[in-house]
Amino acid sequence: MTPARPGYLLLEDGRRFDGVLCGAPPETWERAGSRAGHAETRAIPGGLPEDPGRTAEVVFQTGMSGYQEVMTDPSYRSQIVVFTAPHIGNTGVNAADAEARVPFFAGAVVRSLSERPSNRRSEWSLPAWLRRHRIPCLSEVDTRAVTRHLREAGALRGILAPAVLPEAEALARARRFAGLAGRDLVREVAPPESEVRCPETSSDDPLDAVFPAAAPSSRSPRITLVDCGAKEGIAACLRRRGARVRRVVPTISAEWLLRDAPDAVWLSNGPGDPDTQPRLIETLRAILGRVPLFGICLGFQILALALGGRTRKMKHGHHGINHPVLELASGRVLVTSQNHGFEVVADSLRSVRLGGGTYRVRPTYRSLNDGTFEGFEIPELDVAAVQFHPEARGGPHDGRRLFDRAPGFGGDLHAS
Amino acid sequence: MPADRTLGTVLILGSGPIVIGQACEFDYSGTQACRALRRDGYRVVLVNSNPATIMTDPGVADRTYLEPITPAAVEAILVREQVDAVLPTLGGQTALNTAVALAESGALERHGVRLIGADLEAIRRAEDRDLFRETMARAGIPMPRSGFARSVAEAEALAGTVGYPVVLRPSFTLGGAGGGRAETPEALRGIVAEELRLSPSASVLVEEDLTGWKEIELEVMRDAKDNAVIVCGIENLDPMGVHTGDSITVAPIQTLTDRELQRLRDIALETLRAVGVATGGSNVQFAVNPDDGRIVVIEMNPRVSRSSALASKATGFPIAKIAARLAVGFTLDEIANDITRVTPACFEPSLDYVVVKIPRWTFEKFPHAEDTLGTRMKSVGEVMAIGRTFAEAFLKALASLEIDGLTERTVGHAPRHEGSDRTGGGAPPPGEDAVMDLVDLARPTWERPFQLLDALREGSAPEDLAAATGIDRWFLDRLGDVAAIEAEVAATLPDHLEAFRREEAAALLRRAKRAGLGDAHLAALIGRDEAAVRDLRRRLAVMPVFKAVDTCAAEFPAETPYFYSTYESEDEGEPLAGESVVVLGSGPNRIGQGIEFDYCCVAAAQEFRRRGRPVILINSNPETVSTDYDVSDRLYFEPLTREHVTNVLEKERPSGAVVQFGGQTPLKLAETMQEAGVPILGTSPAAIEEAENRERFRNLVVRLDLSQPRSLIAVEAGEVVRLASALGFPVLVRPSHVLGGRGMAIVQNNNELELLLKQGVEVSKESPVLLDAFLEDAVELDVDAVSDGTRVRVGAVLEHLEEAGVHSGDSCCMTPPYSVGADTVARIRDITANLARSLEVVGLLNVQFAVKGETIYILEANPRASRTVPFVCKATGLPLVHLAVGAMLGDAVEENDAEASARTGLICVKKPVLPFDRFPGEDTLLGPEMKSTGGVMGWGADFGEAFAKAETAAGTRLPDEGTVFLSVRDADKRAVVFLARRLRSLGFGLAATGGTARFLKLNGMDVEPVYKIGEGRPTAIDRIAEGKVQLVLNSPTGTRSQTDGREIRLAALSRGVPCVTTLAGMIAMVSGIEAHREGPPTVRALQDMLAGEAGTLPNGAPRSAVDASDSAGKPGGSTPARGAAVEETATAAPAARMRP
Repeated sequence: MTPARPGYLLLEDGRRFDGVLCGAPPETWERAGSRAGHAETRAIPGGLPEDPGRTAEVVFQTGMSGYQEVMTDPSYRSQIVVFTAPHIGNTGVNAADAEARVPFFAGAVVRSLSERPSNRRSEWSLPAWLRRHRIPCLSEVDTRAVTRHLREAGALRGILAPAVLPEAEALARARRFAGLAGRDLVREVAPPESEVRCPETSSDDPLDAVFPAAAPSSRSPRITLVDCGAKEGIAACLRRRGARVRRVVPTISAEWLLRDAPDAVWLSNGPGDPDTQPRLIETLRAILGRVPLFGICLGFQILALALGGRTRKMKHGHHGINHPVLELASGRVLVTSQNHGFEVVADSLRSVRLGGGTYRVRPTYRSLNDGTFEGFEIPELDVAAVQFHPEARGGPHDGRRLFDRAPGFGGDLHAS
Repeated sequence: MPADRTLGTVLILGSGPIVIGQACEFDYSGTQACRALRRDGYRVVLVNSNPATIMTDPGVADRTYLEPITPAAVEAILVREQVDAVLPTLGGQTALNTAVALAESGALERHGVRLIGADLEAIRRAEDRDLFRETMARAGIPMPRSGFARSVAEAEALAGTVGYPVVLRPSFTLGGAGGGRAETPEALRGIVAEELRLSPSASVLVEEDLTGWKEIELEVMRDAKDNAVIVCGIENLDPMGVHTGDSITVAPIQTLTDRELQRLRDIALETLRAVGVATGGSNVQFAVNPDDGRIVVIEMNPRVSRSSALASKATGFPIAKIAARLAVGFTLDEIANDITRVTPACFEPSLDYVVVKIPRWTFEKFPHAEDTLGTRMKSVGEVMAIGRTFAEAFLKALASLEIDGLTERTVGHAPRHEGSDRTGGGAPPPGEDAVMDLVDLARPTWERPFQLLDALREGSAPEDLAAATGIDRWFLDRLGDVAAIEAEVAATLPDHLEAFRREEAAALLRRAKRAGLGDAHLAALIGRDEAAVRDLRRRLAVMPVFKAVDTCAAEFPAETPYFYSTYESEDEGEPLAGESVVVLGSGPNRIGQGIEFDYCCVAAAQEFRRRGRPVILINSNPETVSTDYDVSDRLYFEPLTREHVTNVLEKERPSGAVVQFGGQTPLKLAETMQEAGVPILGTSPAAIEEAENRERFRNLVVRLDLSQPRSLIAVEAGEVVRLASALGFPVLVRPSHVLGGRGMAIVQNNNELELLLKQGVEVSKESPVLLDAFLEDAVELDVDAVSDGTRVRVGAVLEHLEEAGVHSGDSCCMTPPYSVGADTVARIRDITANLARSLEVVGLLNVQFAVKGETIYILEANPRASRTVPFVCKATGLPLVHLAVGAMLGDAVEENDAEASARTGLICVKKPVLPFDRFPGEDTLLGPEMKSTGGVMGWGADFGEAFAKAETAAGTRLPDEGTVFLSVRDADKRAVVFLARRLRSLGFGLAATGGTARFLKLNGMDVEPVYKIGEGRPTAIDRIAEGKVQLVLNSPTGTRSQTDGREIRLAALSRGVPCVTTLAGMIAMVSGIEAHREGPPTVRALQDMLAGEAGTLPNGAPRSAVDASDSAGKPGGSTPARGAAVEETATAAPAARMRP
């Protein structure tokens, strides 16, 4: 049994939700703001640390499946995730479904945590895995009440604290948390050095699709993926369609990219505020029009900034796997996986001036829930991007067809 | 894409009578569809033979045909109403099959009618197992190993290839009827022969046995633009091998990873595309091998189904309504989500709770039937419960079942199954072999949930139980949690009660309530009564909160108030404003309490709302219209128990409650209402008690100087025999306070009586046994009336076709009465009025009479809605329920002095539908024990026409030619001569055994003699089996011929040959056959029948009541924002095309 002790979630506005702490015992928690994702290699000195609470931004996630994908999605860096699905941990954790090698999120808030998994693919129980990665989890919480509160108040700073921590102190700590705006979280989750991390071979996960994957060939596109905390799913989907994928760090130079001359550069998802990435934005401006570009999620936002657009923080963001977006060209609806707290202001991105030319930015997708700007393209520059996650993982695969016609594939590969 | 305006008139096919596998979920879906399409401006024509449905109320469709859902009747309606399109996907298998028949016969093409929702090719690809397999193979979608056989020999050969055991399934049947599993070639031969007969396409699928695999179902919506969403994923607790309809199911899916789920989703969408379901709701069923993850598609239904009703209620996503709108061309993104109203319907609902469905069986009605659950569905209803966790929802669902001894079973020591012994009881003897337990548990029965809890309490490991049952261990772990907290409660809570440690007690109690333990459950654990636990909870402030069902896991504010209770920190929503009225539903469908009561609840809700009284509805049945979120102002999906109802009452503080519409379920809660200080509207519970308590009622009868069959009450076993002799045989034996006639029997002599007592009839002061002198050959009549306490309006006097002694729910009945004289009817009306005044009935009253000679006997009076109320409403046009609500609110009831039905000039017949085909081995004789699952209505200018329609609607194949086999008791012989003559003159051949044959020959008729069993060949049974008998007329008598008769009846049943067992029935049947031979049926619209009566309806009640609920500012009443423009244009165009 996981050592369980009473604990609570306290939000910056003082709203408190009680539960039972499990996952990592508090004495092994690190201080908020350190590179938690890479913490497994670092030992925590014994004894009670100075700061037993974990502070982060608190968001709710409405997916009924895919908790492991959420927990391993680097975009959740520095976020405490409130899972609205009441039972979490039923299917345990396995290596194949991890979106990153280690979890980056700050903590979990759940209604009911399953001690023992029951699924043939499970390799670890969720509580054991959380303990191993020193992620706290508050369970037995009225997560619906938390969600309703966040829905009205917007994403808030908060703290997961053991019951012994006085509430006043916890509140002070939660309010000391800097928040996500303006903070370079990408640095905390991106790969440490500029290396090709993925073998350039095609892998085939039979669970990913009904139909056989395309085989790589000499005509297979070479895709360079700028990894801002990329989910494994993106590279997996690219490879599945026969692409050869090379990952690079977000600090990569424009010269390097141009010299490498891939068929396309893809910008991955990642955590936090896109405005904190001026260097990458500059890099993109330098290669715009010279290399086909495609952005996903944070990549979409950064690309929008590079093109002169604006972004802003959303009230509570989109975190779920049931978000309908309208494909403006076809009038069809895609049910998508989404995870973002910032959005691109649609009006800010109407046209782009480049090298004396002006190019119209064509919106391609719009959220049917709240009208949010969800995608654009500039065919003349071979640039496109989407706010949602076409690779899904977790979530429905409706967006996967984007891989077939995204920059880099140039119509060589047919719809799967 | 906007709606298709080339269509003006759309015909919606209903599903006919309630049968096992096709219940009132299709009333819910059809009602939604009718209302949605009318709101979109279409003229809607509805065909359904089931009068107990809300959809057949005159205000729901523009034109309503209570006619048999047969190709002939529907074609006549297509022509008469100049229908442009048929929507067949909302009326279950019946509607789909009828549409296929109409398309294949060329009728649709002939009359220029389109099929919308699903085209013929798509239906064929989904329904014909062979075509389905081909389609799946072509699309690369995995299927079980199998093959397809058209003969027994082919099936045997295939089974050899696939490998035994094999599963056998016929094409085109309801609820898996006729399915079977064979382990040996011998078994296979028997089943296949049977299936080839049941399958309209005479084909059987021989399939790899997937028993033990996980069973998963996805509910899919797809529109004409190929947008598709999964509304809900449902996981079966019971693995493959138990029919989904008989399985405990859970939503959302709990034990699959996202990867696995998304693969199922991909396959489901691909399946829809491959089959070619253009629009609407479909479900795709999967089996997943838990060991290697292999996924196969089992089947898909290109229509709304029982599970889509469940999915709708589980998620708040109105599948049927949206399916109807998609069928006329709307797309998912154009339709607003009714619940959030700001987001579109094109999304996948997210649940932040767990839903558990548990089927409801009635094996006690069929003592000879096999109670192992298998591939043939046997349950007659279901309950759904919502909780924040699986365990909570599961225990709430158990609490919703309304079965005897529920608490005892839940708490433990459920009877163990040993062979066919159903009585058992008590804990197993200590030291009983644990392995035996597991073997026992491997056999799925309705008692398994209780047995699993017991096994866990006794220390069985969840993994062992999982291995034995195929139930995923995760669920068993959760039940293990329940067992653990039970132990903790039992061990420590009583101590807390003695030496009270407030905080610890509160914490433990809160944990127990969060785990889902009901007050009665806790009370049993700590040896107190339920009230004590409730009191304790109050003192410790362990009280429930209510959470909303909102489709979006709280991401958006919900507009639709649809709630469930749970134990959490935050309650949502203020009590309903205004003088609210609580309408208690009737819980799960069961034999004796079915859709008729839901009809009454919904009609009552409509009328209260029309009169400006907000309605709070509490019910646990996901199949019903009453649990649709826009029927009431607030819906509580809760068990109908004292605990849960009290919780709602305490939150809502309603101004009143009604208990007379939902059958026994709400009546039992009358006391709870009064305890909570909520006044009961209408007849007082005391008056209800006076009528239902036999002794008190007898006093009333004496006081009013009325007649009742002589009766005596026995309070101990010895007394029963003595009193029975005193009354004189035959005697009707019944325990007090029964529902649906359970445990009732007519005994002819002492031996039979003693046999009955040995079967476990309890006789005590608490449950006395009532003995009635049985009136042989009396005519039985039913009256439904409404009263304001002084004035009484008789709805209809119904004459039963079968003589007294057949349960009124199983009797065929008709109005106006046809054999009883006008003076008798007048006296019956007077007596009814007299009774209503004496009992101070405010609302509905049902009285049952028997007439023998000149004497009118009162059998019973029930001051509440009866099973026949909806039929009477349709047959007479009198909105009885609406009038009853009016009376409750102080309106004076307008008295009438004549039969309302007489004014339409039609004879209306109500015919029950019996489920014997599901329970092989069960005799088909009718008796005082009710066995029917539903009923149909037929009307006509004369009795023959009405009866023929009712029989046809009930699924009887009325023969036009062939041979009639007769075997009647001596008393019926004289009368049967005339029938035989009529049959001869109609061209039928006659066959008969010994006595009957001789008698007919003496009367100058050609009769083929056949042998009785054991006297030679061919026997009657041989003849039936050979298909050489088209009708059986068999009236039972004596022990010997009862056995012989039983064999004959079973043979007829298994060959689908109509079999009539009463003389009255035989006469009716022959009249029906005569009418049937006259050619295509005359079809009549309800609206035309009522046209002359419209002025007498209070403000056209039913019609405007529907409108009122539509426009009461409820979601569903209007579609805001995006949808608005579409809706507005929707109303105008087709109106111009409407024809009178």
